[in-house]
Amino acid sequence: MKSVAAPRRRTGFAAVWNEHKGKYILIIPFVLIFFVFTFIPVVMSIFISFTDFNMLETPRFVGAMNYINLFTNDAVFLVALQNTLFLALVTGPASYLLCFIFAWLINGLPNKIRAVLTLVFYAPSISGSAFLIWGLIFHSDSNGFANAWLMRIGLTQGPIWFFDTRQYIMPIIILVQLWLSLGVSFLAFIAGLKNVDTALYESGSIDGITNRWQELWFITLPSMKPQLLFGAVMQITIAFSISDISMELAGFPSFEYAAHTILVHLHDFGSIRMEMGYASAIATILFFMMVLTNLLVQKLLRRVGE
Amino acid sequence: MMQGLVKPKRRPFPLFVTIGGYWQRFKFKRKGRSLAMDIVLAAFLALFGILSIWPLIFIANNAFKPLNEILLFPPRLFVINPTLANFQDLALVMTNSWIPLSRYIFNTFFITIAGVTGVVLVGSMAAFPLAKYTFPGSRLLNHIVVYALMFNATVTAIPNFIIMTRIGFVDSHLAVILPALGGTLGVFIMRSFMSQLPDSLVEAAKIDGAGELKIYWMVAMPLAKAAWITLIILAIQQFWGATGATFLYTESLKPVSFALTQIVQVGVARQGVFAAAQLIMLLPPVLVFVISQSNVLEAMATSGIKG
Repeated sequence: MKSVAAPRRRTGFAAVWNEHKGKYILIIPFVLIFFVFTFIPVVMSIFISFTDFNMLETPRFVGAMNYINLFTNDAVFLVALQNTLFLALVTGPASYLLCFIFAWLINGLPNKIRAVLTLVFYAPSISGSAFLIWGLIFHSDSNGFANAWLMRIGLTQGPIWFFDTRQYIMPIIILVQLWLSLGVSFLAFIAGLKNVDTALYESGSIDGITNRWQELWFITLPSMKPQLLFGAVMQITIAFSISDISMELAGFPSFEYAAHTILVHLHDFGSIRMEMGYASAIATILFFMMVLTNLLVQKLLRRVGE
Repeated sequence: MMQGLVKPKRRPFPLFVTIGGYWQRFKFKRKGRSLAMDIVLAAFLALFGILSIWPLIFIANNAFKPLNEILLFPPRLFVINPTLANFQDLALVMTNSWIPLSRYIFNTFFITIAGVTGVVLVGSMAAFPLAKYTFPGSRLLNHIVVYALMFNATVTAIPNFIIMTRIGFVDSHLAVILPALGGTLGVFIMRSFMSQLPDSLVEAAKIDGAGELKIYWMVAMPLAKAAWITLIILAIQQFWGATGATFLYTESLKPVSFALTQIVQVGVARQGVFAAAQLIMLLPPVLVFVISQSNVLEAMATSGIKG
């Protein structure tokens, strides 16, 4: 969409404004809101992270103390960091693959069946706080669905305390997160697959593509690269932002901090202890973790089909 | 496109023929796959499909279970004697609460309608010039729209709270609505779709003497219907379930979702009422999606980051 550069006249602010007035008027509301509620907060967050700030007194500059404390004095943060990275590494790629695999599988089906299956897989991600039902499914007494059936078929004697047993907490969080994660990316993949030019497949078979896997790698994936990149951004951001599931299901704080994520830690200092400087340092670290991962993955995905 | 061509012809036994037609299309599409592979695939999809929808079916059934069925051991998925008792209990709890239920409902509708309108208007207005023109600043803005997708709202929550306090928007619906309007997903989807619209239409309108504002409203928006319907759906999901917990303190300003989470704590005996509340909250977004699925897929096809 690069147009030929307009002849460079010496133009003042007024001249530019006059020429493009309509466009700027259309854009201004968004730019203003974006600037005030997204851009300034990000910059502010970075500044506040170098201060000691409790919302009441004026912020006091403390240098890198918050960051030093996070990594040397805060064992819980290190647990949170570890949990977040673990969750992101598992649920990020897994949810991305699930989105693609299901989109790919249902793409070959007749229209009506495809529409139903799209809804079936997409519904959890739009059902808001319905994920709380998992709390009942894994309820700690014999009335919980999982416990009742485990006891009935004789796998366990008494009920399992799912959210008070270290080894069960993470797998349940991962399960629920994956259940929730077939969202916008899933739709983008379905749409992308639907629009792959079928003529490409025919010319591909002339060029010596013999099986479905070659077809997938050399034709399908490259044709939907824009959707793949978009989906990656969405799934990475989601994978790093697990907090509601952890707090609502595993409790706050969770048993032995087994489900404590960076965002839960942020909630602790930002909304409960009101240590805004410290909380901002946590937010800043998470922010850079997300952006760096995104840039890295974008770089990788651009090589698909080469 | 391909599917349109091989649509089965109408014959005496519609159902039978339809199934046959599906089978023909299916066979056409599944070249290179064996029957065994098909069965494995069908089983795989069925298994995960059930896993995906099962918790929601559980909620739907629990909402209609009488208490004795909820406490049944072992728990059953399906309801035997459906009852509306849970909904009546829910209504009772809500009417006995300090603020009338209608007030919470009004708040939810207000936030949802104002928020969705705002997201669609602000997003599409910004998207149109970015998709169709080059002007000083457009390159930078185009980059920002993509990179800002990588931000998460929770990261900016603290400074946002401080800014809201300063502007004096805390404890008003604006605090819930405004930050969402600055999200770039809407601009991103609208821009991707609008950049596919033929340039000639924009040119023709310009020759007819229309300014950018007029072209946006009279040409681009009607043609980008699929995109803004998609945006409406994504925005409804965002606002419908918003509890506004960080920004709203006055009870009479809070939405239904907040009241429900407070009143209905997850407990075994309250399961039925909890499920009834969840069902009420989850139905509207799901129904809206069902109605407009084809529009959504059309719009999502164009949304992508250029490699």
